[in-house]
Amino acid sequence: MKSSAICRNWLKSLPPTQGNLQKEQVFGREHLFEKGIPSAQDEAWRLSNLKRLNEFFSLPLTIKEKSNPQLPHQEKNIKRLILNTNNAIKDIDLPKGITRLSNREIEENIGDIIKTCQIKNDLSVSINQAASSDLLALRVNHNVTQSLEIIVPSVTQQMISTRVIIIIEEGAKLDLLEVILGNKESAQNHLIEVKLRANSELNHEFISLGKGAEASSLSTLAIEQGPQSKYYLNSLQQGWHYARFEPRIIQMQGEASTTIKSLQVTSAKEQIATHSLVRFEGPNGRLDQLQKAVATDSSHSIFNGSIEVPKRAQKTEAAQLSRNLILSKRARIDTKPELEIIADDVRCTHGATVSQLQDEELFYLLSRGIDKEVANTLLLQGYYDDIISNFSQNAQRWNFIEKLIKATNK
Amino acid sequence: MKSSNSEILLSIEDLHVSVEDQKILYGVNLVVKEGEIHAIMGRNGSGKSTLSKVIAGHPSYQVLSGSVKFKGINILELEPEKRARIGIFLGFQYPVEIPGVSNLEFLRVSTNSRRNELGKSELDTFEFEELVTESLKLVEMDPAFLERSVNEGFSGGEKKRNEILQMALLDPIVAILDETDSGLDIDALRVVASGINKLSNPNSATILITHYQRLLNEVTPDFVHIMADGKIIKTGNKELAIDLEKSGYDLINKSNKNQEVAK
Repeated sequence: MKSSAICRNWLKSLPPTQGNLQKEQVFGREHLFEKGIPSAQDEAWRLSNLKRLNEFFSLPLTIKEKSNPQLPHQEKNIKRLILNTNNAIKDIDLPKGITRLSNREIEENIGDIIKTCQIKNDLSVSINQAASSDLLALRVNHNVTQSLEIIVPSVTQQMISTRVIIIIEEGAKLDLLEVILGNKESAQNHLIEVKLRANSELNHEFISLGKGAEASSLSTLAIEQGPQSKYYLNSLQQGWHYARFEPRIIQMQGEASTTIKSLQVTSAKEQIATHSLVRFEGPNGRLDQLQKAVATDSSHSIFNGSIEVPKRAQKTEAAQLSRNLILSKRARIDTKPELEIIADDVRCTHGATVSQLQDEELFYLLSRGIDKEVANTLLLQGYYDDIISNFSQNAQRWNFIEKLIKATNK
Repeated sequence: MKSSNSEILLSIEDLHVSVEDQKILYGVNLVVKEGEIHAIMGRNGSGKSTLSKVIAGHPSYQVLSGSVKFKGINILELEPEKRARIGIFLGFQYPVEIPGVSNLEFLRVSTNSRRNELGKSELDTFEFEELVTESLKLVEMDPAFLERSVNEGFSGGEKKRNEILQMALLDPIVAILDETDSGLDIDALRVVASGINKLSNPNSATILITHYQRLLNEVTPDFVHIMADGKIIKTGNKELAIDLEKSGYDLINKSNKNQEVAK
């Protein structure tokens, strides 16, 4: 079947448009109907396994089914929200200082951030708009410091589409852990839009763990940063047959700081791609980005890192580093920094390395009597350390280190 | 000098080795008995480091012929980790930096590998910290280095102290120290030398690979061997090292040539 037909069939299978998100649903569906699924000629999707993207549309959308996943115990003081159905968001208790956006506020803000981030017509966003039937829309009130966990479990042979909007008011600070879980033959589509007002801060931990055969995921982060705001992203992608992760961060007036530490680990025949974009719309912005990838077996890891520094973004300081470790001859890593710098008084650096585990490091450990498997584990842990050590204790409950080691120490 | 009935710990016979198709060792012979300290000296490229790597089992080196026996067992078939566990230790000339791997954890895992082989119980983190705190004193090393990544950002002297610390923890039977004295200032040299002396015992042996007499002033060798062109060409006592320091390797070359002429 042609991909346009697959997409249209999927659109037909969706429930009728309704509720708060009706306008969005109509918009997303019309867009998809018209544009369909991208082809290999589309630069942003050139390296993507489009056959697997098509498979994404073969799964029915979950509306009511609940899943009861085994989750790690939660931290006492941190509220955990489980988005396990698309329409149960209304009954959630919220921690102090975090309130729900009114319908009017949702109306005002919806689409605003994705528009700023220029992803209104992105495929992942259109799919989310077409499929999501509700959204979690929150505000962290002025000067409040709070923590929150959002978990998106999966359902076998189903697609789940989830959407979150958070407005972080002036002087507020949020520690947000998002966990996206995959399952055998499941598809996840997640979109989070965040507006960071002046002097606010978001410490965003994003853990995305697929599991079992043919789990796929499309995740988009649309982050709008006000002046003097701070955004930290620590992310991890692992275990997806097909995943595409798109963090889009716009510093609205510059004068803000963005830190991204990302790791993606692929094994078997998986394909995981990260397409990040950071744009500075004013002067004195800061970016520190470290993207790490490890690929083994016949897997494929893709990174495309765009940084845009227009003329009005003088005195920007941006550093991007892509470090890659390839553990098998059949594995493939594509990494591409894309810097578009128009301003002339800036300091922007980028670099990319692809390496193998160092024989001399391994020999040093072996020469101390350390077993080969343990030595490899130590070296891999060492490689993961500068990303993983940034995750909070709370995030580390998800035992991803074991998963990473198991996937790559062969 | 030790008695002649001491046990032979290491015996190397007519060892020929190449690396990447380039031949480096052309028939090395060496016998090391318990309680002995040997020094191997020689110019850069004479094959000293190759010899030490081959004994430790570095995979890049191909043994073309000859044997290396440890307590009578041929070790050339053993994996490097097995060699280390039975008591062969190589102190690296350039200790490797391993970012992200905690030095403390590395030392603990290494120590437990050797203890397992010796039939001793594994040490947990607390027990190990006690042991390592004692060993740190031997090399006058700041405990802060335990918290860092293996050798990462260590100065030359700190790296070498870390090597001697590992030697202390692993309690080897044969320790080969490859240019442990290079890059050390006088104070660090004394600390490292005193560590080596304290770790020497009647049941083990040490092979020092060095360019300079100054380490041998601190650690007195029973034998001094001179290597050139992939062979041990002369063996003597500590006086040989002193002569060498005075006259340089040219003298050895000359006397060697004279010997060949005399033949």
